[in-house]
Amino acid sequence: MNRSHPLITALAMCTMGFLYLPLLAVAVFSVNATKYGLVWRGFTLNWYVKLFSNELILNAAWNTLVLAVISTIIATILGTILAIGMDRFPWSGGTNTTLDLILHLPVVIPDIILAASLVIAFGLLRLVFSIFEPGLINMIIGHITFQVAFVALVVRSRLVSLGSDVEEAARDLFASTPYLLWRVTLPLLLPGIVAGGMLAFTLSLDDFVISFFTAGPDSVTLPLYIFAAVRRGVTPQIHALSTLVLLITIVMVVGTERLTRRSAKK
Amino acid sequence: MDKLLVWYGELTTNRRLLKRGLMFLSPGMLWLLIFLVLPGLMLIAASFAGRGAYGELEWHFTFENYKRLAGFGIFGWTADYLMIVWRSVWVAFITTIVSVVLSYPLCFFIAGRSERTRYLWLTLVIIPFWTNMVIRAYAWFLILAPELPVAKLAAFLGIVPPGSALYPSVFAVYLGMVSMFLPFVTLPLYSSVERIDWALVEAAQDLYASKVRVFMQAILPQTLPGLSVGVILTFVPAMGMFVVPDLLGGAKYMLVGNLIQQQFGSSRDWAFGAAISIGLMILTMFSLYLYRRKSKGVNLV
Repeated sequence: MNRSHPLITALAMCTMGFLYLPLLAVAVFSVNATKYGLVWRGFTLNWYVKLFSNELILNAAWNTLVLAVISTIIATILGTILAIGMDRFPWSGGTNTTLDLILHLPVVIPDIILAASLVIAFGLLRLVFSIFEPGLINMIIGHITFQVAFVALVVRSRLVSLGSDVEEAARDLFASTPYLLWRVTLPLLLPGIVAGGMLAFTLSLDDFVISFFTAGPDSVTLPLYIFAAVRRGVTPQIHALSTLVLLITIVMVVGTERLTRRSAKK
Repeated sequence: MDKLLVWYGELTTNRRLLKRGLMFLSPGMLWLLIFLVLPGLMLIAASFAGRGAYGELEWHFTFENYKRLAGFGIFGWTADYLMIVWRSVWVAFITTIVSVVLSYPLCFFIAGRSERTRYLWLTLVIIPFWTNMVIRAYAWFLILAPELPVAKLAAFLGIVPPGSALYPSVFAVYLGMVSMFLPFVTLPLYSSVERIDWALVEAAQDLYASKVRVFMQAILPQTLPGLSVGVILTFVPAMGMFVVPDLLGGAKYMLVGNLIQQQFGSSRDWAFGAAISIGLMILTMFSLYLYRRKSKGVNLV
């Protein structure tokens, strides 16, 4: 089927329009010269310039980045080791099922349930350790918890597709366990680890619910800031900020696509 | 009994292997036990606890929270909470159906492009998938604003009074939900549509099957793997969604997600919030179970 029916094309175009029209509207009104209302009053980049002098927004951007970078690094390390541990050892069927179940929990349960359980757990832990006050540390812990599962699943699927040949060959040539890991398994796994890490990073940037439940007054991230702002009323400055976030998303999606397609070709 | 075995080309014993395996498993698994399984158990425990003077948990065993969720309040029985739960299931159901109906033509369209433009179209579907949901939800504010054509048209048709916005409303919630979850169906469905064996479809057409029959018996079974992933990816998170109803539905159209958020936010009733979360969890598990049984049946046909 190389040519689609005109009706299918028309429906598909409507659906794409449905997906993009709201986003386009945000971009259009981010360069609109008027501050109030949605009437076109000429082109301006003023709202973008003002973003960079807004302490609150700069602070939120910094928090978002710190949260994403720290949680991704920890989750990628933990998830990779976990994936190797699950796939490369002769666990019994029962153990495997249990591990698999725990790993799939953060993927299948609605994120609001994870968020609610973390609020209660942090509330109880706070009675013993004072670091569990609502804030950046709690948010990092929350993000790592769902990221680890995704990283481990991605890395494990790469491990499965690698098979055992190369590692067996390395063992036959008297590779020790650390040498095998460091010089054979990890380099072969690298595309999977990078893919898992990028997935984790994007999930963290994208997350709203876990952050919303675990954040404190000093740890506002960009999604939280936008949410609070639009509940008070939309402004061109928020449109400008959202358009920037959208542009960053596009760059990351296109970049990831390029990367995965190049490694797939190899 | 510790037998020698060869594992990945290494001569070793089972016990030594498992000891090393445990070393690999423990950091990640400990993390998940402490911050996922343990909080889950605490959530269950909290749902049976009482509410202290400041909304904190008070540890005495009670079914009070579940009774409240079932509608037995201080002033007798009301269906308020059950209505919210039912409404969430209904919204998730409609969202899933509409997303599936819209996804099929989109997938056929993309699959019909040449290889180069196909990636472009796919990327266009992936971008909203990864765009922050707060932005995608509030973007509808602009489309539905009173100054813009959609609201003007609705006012012209007499659906809303002139000069009023189309949000917050039930309509806006559905609009937001479908646009939010559509890529979650399209992307997995496409991976199946891409692999359709069109010879089977042509064969059905050669044998004078009606269009409906061609779709039901030649196309649908081939796309079932992708479709089932898409349906689960949509239905389960849609039930717990709270950003879209919060922004686009306001107080008019509350869903379970909003109810949970309210207990941890303004109402400060953690125990009740925990009970609702457990209710949502049971609903999730139940729909996954039903779905697996049903899709198994479909596979046999």
